[in-house]
Amino acid sequence: MSDIKYLAPGTIEEAVKAMQAAGGKGFVLAGGTDLLVQMRSGAREPQTIVDVKKIPEMTTIEELPGGGFRIGAAVSGAVIGEHKKLVAAFPGVVEAINLIGSKQVQGRASAGGNLCNSSPAADSVPAMVAAGVTVQIAGPNGRREVPVEKFPTAPGRNCLQPGEIVVSLTLPAPAAGSSDAYLRLIPRTEMDIAVVGIGVSLTLKDGTVTAARVGLGAVAPTVLLVEDAAKALVGSKLDDAALEKAAAACRAACKPINDKRGTIEYRTKISGVLLKRAAKIAAQRASGATVGGTH
Amino acid sequence: MTAQVYKWIGTRPKRPDGADKVTGRARFGADFNMPGQLIGRVLRSPHPHAVIKSIDTSAAAALPGVRAVVTAADFPEQENLIVPAGEMQVNLRDVTRTIMAREKVLYEGHPVAAVAAASEAIAKQALALIKVEYALLPHVIDVEEAMKDGAPILHDHIRTDGVQPVPTKPSNIAKRIENLKGDVAKGFAEAEVVIERKYTTAPVHQAYIEPHACLASAAEDGQVSVWTTTQGHFQVRGFCSRLLQIETSQIRVTPSEIGGGFGGKTVVYLEPVAIRLSQKSGKPVKMVMTREEVFRASGPAPGGAMTVKIGAKKDGRIVAADITIALQAGAFPGSPIGPACWCSMACYDVDNIRVVGFDVVSNRPKVAAYRAPGAPISSFAVESTIDILAQELGMDPIDLRLKNAAMKGTKTHYGPVFDRIGLVECLEAAKNSAHYKSPVKPGHARGIAAGFWFNVGADSSAAAHVGEDGTVTVISGNPDIGGSRASLALMAAEELGVDYDKVRAVIADTHSIGFNFVTGGSRVTFATGMAVVNATKDAIKELRVRAAKIWGVDPEGVVWEGGKARPAGHNVGEFEPLTLAQIAAQAGKTGGPINGHAQLNAQGAGPGFGVHIADVRVDAETGHVVIDRYTAVQDVGTAIHPSYVEGQLQGGAVQGIGWALNEEYIYNAKGHLDNAGFLDYRIPVASDLPMIETILVEVPNPHHPYGVRGVGEVPIVPPLATIANAVARACGTRMTSLPISPPRLSAALDAAPKLAAE
Amino acid sequence: MAKLHVTTKINGEEVEYLCDAQDSMLDVLRGPLGLTGSKEGCGSGDCGACSITVDGRLTCACLMLAAEAEGHDIGTIEGLAQGEKLHPLQEKFIEMAALQCGICTPGVLVAAKALLDRNPDPTETEVRFWLAGNLCRCTGYDKIIRAVMDVAADMRKTVAA
Repeated sequence: MSDIKYLAPGTIEEAVKAMQAAGGKGFVLAGGTDLLVQMRSGAREPQTIVDVKKIPEMTTIEELPGGGFRIGAAVSGAVIGEHKKLVAAFPGVVEAINLIGSKQVQGRASAGGNLCNSSPAADSVPAMVAAGVTVQIAGPNGRREVPVEKFPTAPGRNCLQPGEIVVSLTLPAPAAGSSDAYLRLIPRTEMDIAVVGIGVSLTLKDGTVTAARVGLGAVAPTVLLVEDAAKALVGSKLDDAALEKAAAACRAACKPINDKRGTIEYRTKISGVLLKRAAKIAAQRASGATVGGTH
Repeated sequence: MTAQVYKWIGTRPKRPDGADKVTGRARFGADFNMPGQLIGRVLRSPHPHAVIKSIDTSAAAALPGVRAVVTAADFPEQENLIVPAGEMQVNLRDVTRTIMAREKVLYEGHPVAAVAAASEAIAKQALALIKVEYALLPHVIDVEEAMKDGAPILHDHIRTDGVQPVPTKPSNIAKRIENLKGDVAKGFAEAEVVIERKYTTAPVHQAYIEPHACLASAAEDGQVSVWTTTQGHFQVRGFCSRLLQIETSQIRVTPSEIGGGFGGKTVVYLEPVAIRLSQKSGKPVKMVMTREEVFRASGPAPGGAMTVKIGAKKDGRIVAADITIALQAGAFPGSPIGPACWCSMACYDVDNIRVVGFDVVSNRPKVAAYRAPGAPISSFAVESTIDILAQELGMDPIDLRLKNAAMKGTKTHYGPVFDRIGLVECLEAAKNSAHYKSPVKPGHARGIAAGFWFNVGADSSAAAHVGEDGTVTVISGNPDIGGSRASLALMAAEELGVDYDKVRAVIADTHSIGFNFVTGGSRVTFATGMAVVNATKDAIKELRVRAAKIWGVDPEGVVWEGGKARPAGHNVGEFEPLTLAQIAAQAGKTGGPINGHAQLNAQGAGPGFGVHIADVRVDAETGHVVIDRYTAVQDVGTAIHPSYVEGQLQGGAVQGIGWALNEEYIYNAKGHLDNAGFLDYRIPVASDLPMIETILVEVPNPHHPYGVRGVGEVPIVPPLATIANAVARACGTRMTSLPISPPRLSAALDAAPKLAAE
Repeated sequence: MAKLHVTTKINGEEVEYLCDAQDSMLDVLRGPLGLTGSKEGCGSGDCGACSITVDGRLTCACLMLAAEAEGHDIGTIEGLAQGEKLHPLQEKFIEMAALQCGICTPGVLVAAKALLDRNPDPTETEVRFWLAGNLCRCTGYDKIIRAVMDVAADMRKTVAA
């Protein structure tokens, strides 16, 4: 009955070839927590499934010289959450990845998959935008890199060309005095898609913000890098005025829709609320105080 | 707390189906398979309202591997006849249109055709080959919209029942009912405080974790076997018999273990279709709904729109209530509007009450029972209003309820006079609880509400079979949803005076025990429990006869005490007591097998009352509500197996919490359900909740041998208002519309006039 | 297209099966392998009734292709008891009435065991968040959480003894 091919190549090159051969009907299988659901609902009808979990480069976390990390695109959230150095350096990115679905989903779902699914509400993406992550892509014409904020192009769409796959995600070494945080608003405490998600990465020197990046999700067709919010924070000691200015920038950046998960008004308001809260957590982390993550 | 001293009643032994259910061995609906079975799938309407102009199944039937195709033409037309379905009532004319649309489709997901094929993949391909021509009609979902003049009319034959003169034009209002007690106008004239508010609740789903599933095998001689997940296999038999014109003796329905029902599995969806497909194909046919199908085409409970006006004296004495309730029935008439009206004011002894109810059809699936059907909706409105009254009067909300509480002798607004009930005891237990006496934490607020459900009795049959070794099998016919086997075995053991582990409770198929009404209405431990007690008594009577034979005395001279036959007195003679095992061992010589039987229509179900307490805090910026502490107090009559009684209270409370906070059917402008999955139909998850403390108040029901009252439904009634009342006290904004989801509460907080800074 | 041949370990025993590329692990467990203890409540990873472990890592069988099991070690509810002896979690769930209808129970038990294997001393909050992916509509979770906490305490005592 089935005409679908399942392939589990051992190298990037083979995976790229398989995707190329599938001619637009090929889908990469990492954790599969989106793909299997989409196949079942009929939203995606692959002819070739390329399981990338036998490719070492895609399933390992590598520490880079200087303090950065390269995370294989198919590494599961559970494995990422257990990597102590990664958690210490990028608590916001890790908590964002660890908020994707249940513990069961965490056992499979990857940051690479979350990115490639290209939902505007993807939890990991705002945090990765804030952390300045770059995406390593391999394709028929070799390798290339794009900043994570340039990767999604529309709901469910991204910049991958035919035959291309995401290999890994590079987290640049954080400057001294840096940390990050991710917060999302969901109606329950777990198992929901973000109504708004926000990642904030800050560098502090003597209590003053010297660098900042803000990633904002679920309020526009793609996750946004909100540069005006970052600008409002830089140079401040996160006083109320600076936070309000940054929150206003987030609200101004929102181009949300009304849907089953939230209204335009609510999403817009919450983007500002979460900006303030996430910035405070990131700042406390950056100044060495331990702040519990959020669920 | 139980006044009488029992050996087994009130203990917490292991349930007999425990090991099967923790090992994966227990067989639920989708776990039954037969050699050579086909897979059945249903083609469903993509439109909320349309005329079916034609259906062409020829291409599907011609697909290799397809063995049968059915449409409405394969099911006989049914008469206009109302029959019971669980706690609700359904019209057979509508039931056949629910299992397969006839002239029109009336909701997205309405079945239009079905196929049976060699595999699921072929069945799905076949569905895609069925061509249905629709003529689209305008649709209406919301209950208030559906009541308006000019709303799209679902059924041309409906003239609002209960209205004089009889209307000449069709309407979506299928029925108007009115309960009247006293003189409402006079009551309000005496009132010193009058509160009036309008409320709405969203439609919700029972959201049992196990989807509907069945397997049907029709033999060439007309005999049919069905395995299915249901709350009532006798009802499945009854519906299939009528819908397919097969005699009941020809249909044997075996219930699987059931993965939750909450009222939603008291009706039929798949079974008649599977039987028909099996008849046409000559093969067994298995059908399992997807989760999406469960949401789109089974179960749901209505949404409601209500106004409540309550008048009271300044001392808190309520003098009048005027209530209007409109409920969505779904595609066909038959919402639980009656119970909604009756339960609305049942907690209160008030002289002047008028309750008017409307049963309204709209383009969504026909509603099914959901745990105390209708009561949570009307109770939300009334209990919210009572809370506003308490705030207005500056009274403690429990004291206000105590002042007006119904008790023995209270005449309800819908007719009956209460016998011994335990509302006052529940209110007092709540007031004296550690929870209520504890200080409210800073930033938190406390809400309370009361709730009522009738509980039902109805038909049950049971048998008690004594084995050769003196152990006993108790046989009845109600699927065990939450531990009822254990409760039935406990009552039989108590009655027999033997150890619990000498009694095994089993659930028989429709051919192996007499009729049993559904597992629903909180009736099993009460009514089937009574049948089990009677069957056990019947067996004991026979045991006494056998002992008398062994001793050569008159049976009247033998009593049954402590699990043994004993001489009734010295004048009978001196005999060593005979144990069950000793009598059983000699059964062959004394008259053959020893069994007991009973059948009854149980009367006197004890009404149930509960009071819930919640402490919440509200994130004022996001509208997120966190429940910090929760207590459910309930009069349970006698707790036969307290752990499972507590479980009913806890589970019911959490379903009510879900109803209050996040659960809702979300329809888009096209009339399509937008959240047909567990991702966006948000039932509570473990991390949303605190422990649910329980206080079991035991006011024995005088009409049951062990004082049992139904316990399963009451606990879903109070939580909606309990949460709303706590939220109102936490943030000063009263939510009169459910759910109190973060976007809605946030919008309400933003819209509320800002209070002066404190 | 020929069927795929998969060799894997299920509950410690080597198993071979044939499957189509799109078959989920749950389809194969419940179908040809007859391991119907894993339940399908949603088919989309939202309910946890099909919870299994893959190389000790908790996941949903409905979110995994059967073809992916090649060379891995799968754990299902059927592997929790050892011979005649129930796992302490199974014993405690019966003893404390931590199940009503029982449809979510296999998934909850597999998930709870995965938690205790990693964290023998979880807080109530940790248990609640770990089990957030296992929907239960009957119990309100109270007795489930208590049972898991109790087993963890018992197991710590056993280890200490």
